[in-house]
Amino acid sequence: MTKPGSRFCSRTLKPRRRWLQSGAALALLPWIPGHAAADELPQIPAMTAFLAGRKPVSERVRLTLPQLADNGQTVPMKVSVDGPFTPATRVTAINLFSEANPVPEMAQFDFPVYVERIEVESRVRLAASQKIVAVATLADGALLASAAEVIVTIAGCMDGT
Amino acid sequence: MPDARITVPASVPRGKPFEVRVIVRHPMETGYRTDESGKSIPRNVIRSLTCRYNGEVVFSARLSSGIAANPYLRFFVTAKESGQLAFEWVDDAGARGTDGATLTVA
Amino acid sequence: MSSTALRAILVGVLSAHAVVAFAQEHTLPLPALRSGITFAGADVRAMQSDDVSNPGFLWVEGGEKRWNTPAGATGKSCASCHGDGRSSMRGAATRYPRYDDAVKGVEDLDARINRCRTDKQGAPPWARESEELLAISAYVAYQSRGLRLAVSIEGPAREAFDRGNAFYHARHGQMNLSCSQCHDQNWGKRLLAENLSQGHGNAFPAYRLEWQALGSLQRRIRACLFGIRADMPAPGAPELTDVELYLAWRAQGLPLEAPGVRR
Repeated sequence: MTKPGSRFCSRTLKPRRRWLQSGAALALLPWIPGHAAADELPQIPAMTAFLAGRKPVSERVRLTLPQLADNGQTVPMKVSVDGPFTPATRVTAINLFSEANPVPEMAQFDFPVYVERIEVESRVRLAASQKIVAVATLADGALLASAAEVIVTIAGCMDGT
Repeated sequence: MPDARITVPASVPRGKPFEVRVIVRHPMETGYRTDESGKSIPRNVIRSLTCRYNGEVVFSARLSSGIAANPYLRFFVTAKESGQLAFEWVDDAGARGTDGATLTVA
Repeated sequence: MSSTALRAILVGVLSAHAVVAFAQEHTLPLPALRSGITFAGADVRAMQSDDVSNPGFLWVEGGEKRWNTPAGATGKSCASCHGDGRSSMRGAATRYPRYDDAVKGVEDLDARINRCRTDKQGAPPWARESEELLAISAYVAYQSRGLRLAVSIEGPAREAFDRGNAFYHARHGQMNLSCSQCHDQNWGKRLLAENLSQGHGNAFPAYRLEWQALGSLQRRIRACLFGIRADMPAPGAPELTDVELYLAWRAQGLPLEAPGVRR
């Protein structure tokens, strides 16, 4: 059953969920925008500890990963935060959390000096299909967050070389 | 093998953010793999990477096994004076790597 | 039946035979050749097309440094004989594997590099899939990027080609599959979540995401054999060179993409 507060709790979304589960949705994945509101962030204990009771706002953070990864070992990731920023509201750090990896704290990117463009690209490893969360910390202590979901499949053929 | 490849624009306008791209040769061994005899391969990932611009830290990253091998990073830095971008990184085994690039600010 | 009709039938039968024979030998007609990159996902394509973030260039750059580094008893570098690799090596990789009288056999590029090391530099050969050999191999292959594969299977190379052709069409392993069954008969179809490619080697040496490293075409062939639960010949084994030659012939006309990126 769907959990309260999850994306699929609403009755109007149930048929969409069934359709997604049928697998037919896989073909259309590139065109379904990834989106999650703050109350839809996955429960990740390491992230809960990091938040320490604070609630991030789901604005201005853009977290982009492919809907379907070519290979879970190397998945391109881009995270950016929309400006404009003031000295009090500039981004000081972005933390990345994984829902399903053995190590949930994926990375922390620090911005010790002001730069007007907050955008980081890297490549992540994903152990399985899951949600990733990016949390941006501002100088005044405010938090912004966004989540993205990635499907990871296993290779068609095993490679033992 | 080069330790890393750093790419910055040939020339950057003063005061504007410019793109820095770096890729570091490192297996980012997760610690979850086993070798042919079944023995566990110990984790060894780059833990921290720092970028200094004329001596001042302008970007740093704390990484984990959740970052892919041969880590690639792209980020932005505000152009001030011409000078040097200096990268330094350390992995779990304590190995340090460094590399740098010259920056021309117009 | 009139003699004209008989002649027509004879011509028809002979033509059909020629077509069938051609088809059997060259199983993929040239216009239908598609590089593996066309079967790859957007991320793999993006990685391969960006020379800055393509991890293969870590090896290419390493190879360039090594090219200019003295080695072995002679203290010569590759550059001592071959000068600037960017010009002298242009086109070289498109001709490999190739037959050389010096060894009375067919060599792939890696074997040829090692022969230069032992014979010309007085240095020990590098192990297959070693960082050093992959670096020089990537550097040399990169100098032919964009140029079309053009191997020869004439004369003394023909035997190796025939063996490679036979290997490619034979069933192997616990799964009892031939390369041809997947890559000639079922390319474009899905194997679990992947698209089967036509099985060309024009992007190698390639950075394979599964390996988290650059590797040779021989490693990729061994990986395929592992996948169908077949015995893998040791790296550098003659069977692998034979198959490489067959694959290069089969893919001729496709441009080299080294250093490629593959899933």
